[in-house]
Amino acid sequence: MSARIGIVQFPGTNCELDVAWAVEQLGGTPEMLWHAEAELRGADAVVVPGGFAHGDYLRTGAIARFSPVMDAVARFATAGGPVVGICNGFQVLTEAGLLPGALQKNAGLTFLCETVDCRVETSRSSLTALATPGDVLRLPINHFEGSYVCDETTRRRLRDDDRIVLRYVRNPNGSLDDIAGVCSEQRNVVGLMPHPERASESLLGSTDGVVLLRSLLATAAEGAAVA
Amino acid sequence: MRYEARVEITHLPGIADPQGATVERSLPALGYDNVSQVRVGKSIRLVVEAPDEAAARTQVDEMCHRLLANPVIEAYEIELTELASVT
Repeated sequence: MSARIGIVQFPGTNCELDVAWAVEQLGGTPEMLWHAEAELRGADAVVVPGGFAHGDYLRTGAIARFSPVMDAVARFATAGGPVVGICNGFQVLTEAGLLPGALQKNAGLTFLCETVDCRVETSRSSLTALATPGDVLRLPINHFEGSYVCDETTRRRLRDDDRIVLRYVRNPNGSLDDIAGVCSEQRNVVGLMPHPERASESLLGSTDGVVLLRSLLATAAEGAAVA
Repeated sequence: MRYEARVEITHLPGIADPQGATVERSLPALGYDNVSQVRVGKSIRLVVEAPDEAAARTQVDEMCHRLLANPVIEAYEIELTELASVT
């Protein structure tokens, strides 16, 4: 049975169809989850996609985390369910406290829309289980607020616990420690600024995102088998 | 009682402030080459009804912590002013 991937849709989300398309191409079953829903309807994994949830008012992700669906996502995450936040989704997950740190305005105050090299730092996460540490993936970024920050204690913990999932080869936005993606203590919640779904077929210029999405589908299928 | 709260939100010390840095780099172009430590933040105003100032402050502080500011990267200061009653 193919893994059911719940894709959260806030007002202002705009990457949900790209994620659904990519999931479907890779054999998964995408399921849209409107932000006002209180249940995940049996999803084996959840993706919080990119966009401008609730207009990004106040701060990116600040309002989104109060949407009813986020309580369900938090419960799912605490129970070990795989959750991935892409771009705005990463911002939402940090605001919700499911991932440490925060994303702030890019150094140089430039909106970045380009394809960058990202190095896989660990295969111990729901998004990189099938990837090899050291692999460099060409992935598109598309953000104004993608500069990762956290306090020194958190940074040390992330490094010591091997929780930095992806690093930029050439830091485009001033992120602390070149961080492009991190995972939770349980390693099931992952947030990243690059868009793997936009690098999922050759027509899009890169297929390097496929290994990440396949990892998520595999982790989701495992969880489904256990449940 | 009604209180107007002015909440000033700034970056925590040590957290990069790219807007402040950009403004600071721009000012010398206008001849102000004696400026340093520019920080750009946010100002939020709201009116609360509460039995007294302490209760109002406690509530606004909670709002800041839970929504208005992100304690991971931001600090905040609250200034309260009692408003004349409308009756």
